[in-house]
Amino acid sequence: MSVGGKPWLQTHWDWHVALNFLTGGSGSGLLLVAVLGALAGQSLAAPTWVGLLLVAGGLAQVSLHLGRPLRGLNVLLNPHTSWMTREAIVAGPLLALAGLAALLDSTVIGLLVGLLAAAFLYCQARILKEARGIPAWREPRIVPLVITTGLAEGLALYLLIAVAAGRNEALLPVGVALLAALVVRFTAWRRYRQALQGHAPLAALAVLDRAEGPFAGAGHVAPVLLLLVAVWVPSAQGPLVTMAALAALLAGWGVKFAIVTRASYNQGFAITHTPARGAGTGGIGDQPGW
Amino acid sequence: MTRYVMVADLERCVGCQTCTAACKHTNATAPGVQWRKVLDMEVGTYPDVRRAFVPVGCMHCADPPCMHVCPSNATKQRADGLVTIDYDLCIGCTYCAVACPYQARYMIEKPNQAYTKGRMRHELQREESERRGVAQKCTFCVDRIDYGLANGLTPGIDPAATPACVNACIASALQFGDIEDPQSNVSQLLASHKHFRMHEELGTEPGFYYLWEDQ
Repeated sequence: MSVGGKPWLQTHWDWHVALNFLTGGSGSGLLLVAVLGALAGQSLAAPTWVGLLLVAGGLAQVSLHLGRPLRGLNVLLNPHTSWMTREAIVAGPLLALAGLAALLDSTVIGLLVGLLAAAFLYCQARILKEARGIPAWREPRIVPLVITTGLAEGLALYLLIAVAAGRNEALLPVGVALLAALVVRFTAWRRYRQALQGHAPLAALAVLDRAEGPFAGAGHVAPVLLLLVAVWVPSAQGPLVTMAALAALLAGWGVKFAIVTRASYNQGFAITHTPARGAGTGGIGDQPGW
Repeated sequence: MTRYVMVADLERCVGCQTCTAACKHTNATAPGVQWRKVLDMEVGTYPDVRRAFVPVGCMHCADPPCMHVCPSNATKQRADGLVTIDYDLCIGCTYCAVACPYQARYMIEKPNQAYTKGRMRHELQREESERRGVAQKCTFCVDRIDYGLANGLTPGIDPAATPACVNACIASALQFGDIEDPQSNVSQLLASHKHFRMHEELGTEPGFYYLWEDQ
């Protein structure tokens, strides 16, 4: 029996870190959508406050995870190559300007916030991709998946805020945008999953396969159907849109949580040849767990 | 130029874990932390089954992913190829640990203590508290190498300038030296044996070679 060669589930990045990808992705997606809404004449104050809180909450969570939190500012020291540094550099002005934009309800500042939010979301995606020890993260197609789910979650949150605020005029255009975002997100998911085939440990692939059913059904089919019914039944628009948005949001969080904490099997070990013993010859190698 | 690498002769390694023990003894690593360890791999199916003992640890890659992702610049690479961690800069984000394809990095929060009823004398003497809450890994015994170089010794040849795991190996399966020197022990071994590096397809250019058969 082999001992120690198989990939195992990494435990360095636990749910604390996963929460940063959940709320940070949704929050930056929402900040981006809020700016687009402002350009269409909607107030950006409420969604920007929510987006700001989500991004800040995610960063606070991840800072609790640090082994040496008092040295936290050292995170800024490697902008040349570290996407974590770049995320931290973007986060400062993002939070400050988002607060200012929300206070003043300023579209001009909001535009800057939108750019920074897009950069923040991209940094999050690249942080995962550069973790080369985790096959399910280093696959390049995780970048469009993280970005598209962030945008879909942002649209879903924007819909929830619009329903809560009674801004019914926003429901149809944002609902259509969410429909399109869900199609793009599921395409990104399928491309990511297909690219991983044969390039990740079997245990990681099994986790992703188990996550696919709920992600597809509850996160895509259900919200699409609910949104379509909402168009035909205007009297029930509020509850239908709320359910659709919640389903799209929670599915995005669920799949990111699964990727970060459950599919994160490491590379394991491998040998390309077994050694010659005594008068014998060398033999084939092995990569257990793949 | 100098690049220090390690060579493990899989034909010689018997999986005795003396290198593992020597490393723990020398570096006073905490329970659960193994900068050097030896895997026991069984390959194939009956009746064609083979067994290999595979020493692993930090590969001191030429293109180390751990260094590129490190947000605090705590992980650096020396001119001689050794990948180091500055414990005073590290924030303990463990990004390096998930970036390393060799599972070579560890982080512990608790003091060295193997048993529940108090700490043993050696644990108190070698607390190594600067390593708590930060990333840690094999250093190739960099302090021994630097001591040796400062005293005119040759790493890989003179025991005082050689990593503890290499010194301790009962079968001389582990060797250490400068791969840029064609006359060095490691260069000679690589020239006379078929060899591979682990996960070479990932492009990290590890500084750890495995010999598996004579040329």
